[in-house]
Amino acid sequence: MSNQNTKRNVGLVVLLIIIIAATAGGYSYYANIGNTNTTQSMTETTSTATSNEAVSILGAGATFPAPLIQKWTVEYNTLYPWITINYNPIGSGGGIQQITQKTVDFGASDAPLSDAQLQNATGLTLMPETLGGVAIAYNLQPYGIANTTVIKFTGDVLAGIYMGRITQWNDPAIQALNPNLQLPKATITAVHRSDGSGTTYAFTDYLSAVNSDWKSTVGRSTSVAWPVDKTATGIGAKGNAGVAGTVANTPGSIGYVDVIYAAGKSLGIGAVKNAAGNFVVPSLQTIANAAASATGTPDPKDLRLHIVNAAGDQSYPIATYTYILLYKEMSNQPSMTKSKAEALAKFLWWAIHDGQKYAPDLIYAPLPQNIVSADEQLLTSLTYQGQALITR
Amino acid sequence: MQRHTLPRRAGKKSRRPDLFWALLSVAAVVILIITAINLYALINGSAASLRYFGLGFLVGTDWVPNPPEGPPLLGALPAIYGSVVTTLIALLLAVPISLGVALFQAELSPRRLRTPSIFLIELLAAVPSVVYGLWGLFVLVPFMRDHVNTQLKTWLGFLPLFSGPTNGLGMLTAGVILAIMIIPYGSSVMREVIAVVPRSQREGSLALGATRWEMIRTSVIPYARTGIIAAIVLALGRAIGETMAVTMVIGNVARISPSLFLPAETIPSVIANEFTEVAGNDLYLSALFELGLILFAIAFLMNLAGRILITRLRFTGGSDRIA
Repeated sequence: MSNQNTKRNVGLVVLLIIIIAATAGGYSYYANIGNTNTTQSMTETTSTATSNEAVSILGAGATFPAPLIQKWTVEYNTLYPWITINYNPIGSGGGIQQITQKTVDFGASDAPLSDAQLQNATGLTLMPETLGGVAIAYNLQPYGIANTTVIKFTGDVLAGIYMGRITQWNDPAIQALNPNLQLPKATITAVHRSDGSGTTYAFTDYLSAVNSDWKSTVGRSTSVAWPVDKTATGIGAKGNAGVAGTVANTPGSIGYVDVIYAAGKSLGIGAVKNAAGNFVVPSLQTIANAAASATGTPDPKDLRLHIVNAAGDQSYPIATYTYILLYKEMSNQPSMTKSKAEALAKFLWWAIHDGQKYAPDLIYAPLPQNIVSADEQLLTSLTYQGQALITR
Repeated sequence: MQRHTLPRRAGKKSRRPDLFWALLSVAAVVILIITAINLYALINGSAASLRYFGLGFLVGTDWVPNPPEGPPLLGALPAIYGSVVTTLIALLLAVPISLGVALFQAELSPRRLRTPSIFLIELLAAVPSVVYGLWGLFVLVPFMRDHVNTQLKTWLGFLPLFSGPTNGLGMLTAGVILAIMIIPYGSSVMREVIAVVPRSQREGSLALGATRWEMIRTSVIPYARTGIIAAIVLALGRAIGETMAVTMVIGNVARISPSLFLPAETIPSVIANEFTEVAGNDLYLSALFELGLILFAIAFLMNLAGRILITRLRFTGGSDRIA
């Protein structure tokens, strides 16, 4: 083939690709123009301060609180430009692992650590920093039930679906809860997380709390063996976004996602029966109600809290705290210096006070006062070589 | 003077090791060392699991890493099954297409179309796997569910292979996406080996009155077959280790079912999904290492089989230039 010919052909191909790309790009731009409320804070990055006493802190862990923690790190950096905090959302288990091995300055986890996990990391403490809810999402639009229609569920029905015992949408158990709806005779596809996740922990913690069968055969964990996978139609998807996308894509499916991933998406969101017997949809208010129902100041030495199936008329039952993991005696960590330890303690102090005002915009409920007091006690007990880092 | 020194240098090079020789040797040894370290790490990491589960790990069908009571119950068979089945589907679809593409580009294509078609096929190889996954989840899955799977079920639904509910997420979709991903690998190697088939071979068969198809069938393909098998082995290696795109469309369920419509899992997808959540559960982590070891072994055996096949064919006639 002559060289000239080759050149001409390559030019032709490049032109072709540009045309295809431009057409496709233009199409998708117009197709998505009404769907642009993506979270801004996710893409913001911290700018490195160039001060002579620059401090750089590294954290890693749960993806669930990541939008809020990343918002905090940005806001805190504008207040104190010499302090840079980087948070790496690698998953709760990854956060636990890294803080146990002391490769990060702080970790984050949605699931409270088990006693065995705490034994692996002497001196590790948990500090609840925000709370969120898990929404039940479904897609029955192809069967004539709009996404704005609220379907009612109980814990027993959800357990039945994920155990593969309730396999049709028009099952009497679901139909009885929703007498005004004409539920279709369609197979239920139960979507769950394929990766380990704090969201799965919260969901299975709830099912274990309300259904003794679930508790004894499946239990609560960041990843469980879903009975529905063996006996009926279960599907595993990666990440909250994966579950939301699979539900949106699969007619007749149901799934559980963090509330922020259900809001604004083309999904139906169900109401769940709470301990008081009311059907409640997840919202900032109903999640805050669940947290507020646990009164009294908890023990700052062990802040592992369970707020699933909480009391209160308007409490959403599938709510969970999410935790910052850090060492009480910070000089235990090889990479920690006194100035870093102080900066981290002060950042967390700011996060549980001023930082809470950024929570509602990202659909996290602000911490109730009793938890803030417990967190304050915990933060004042932090030390570096025996010296308190925060004094009141 | 130049004329005088040149032959002497050339003579030395072939006898005594010099810097160039040393550099190349280091490069070759480094590869061996990396492979050895890799294998050592896999075996070392799997030790606890190998000891606890033994051979039962290979045939176990349960995957319960965090049971409510007692130690984890882990078996690799669903993941092995999913890996083998999706790879087979991918090869069944990709090998004929790759061969067709390669033959078209090497034998039939008008010059004007040759370069663009090579360019476009090779572009497919440059697309990152996660992009294939995204496209798979949002475009291919609904398409398979609404068109391909329903048709298969209507016409071939009596076979267990095409029974059961069709969500679009499952082994068949994973196989299709893998096929698309390995076509460029298979076809470019095949095209190269077909292009080096000597002209005399073609001219000989044409001179005997063969049509173009007969010429390709009797002269080109037999001559290039060792290279074609090498291309298939390369594509297979790529398919069995593919992670991200498969994870996004296979449905991630530890289940062995005859139906290709149903969700399953593969060895790489299990590792990718679960490695972040193994803290404080050493047996679980060790089991994931053992899965990696199994994948290593499968890939090794497949390569070995390919090598043996190539040597066998070479003895019965074929090209020495290739592979």
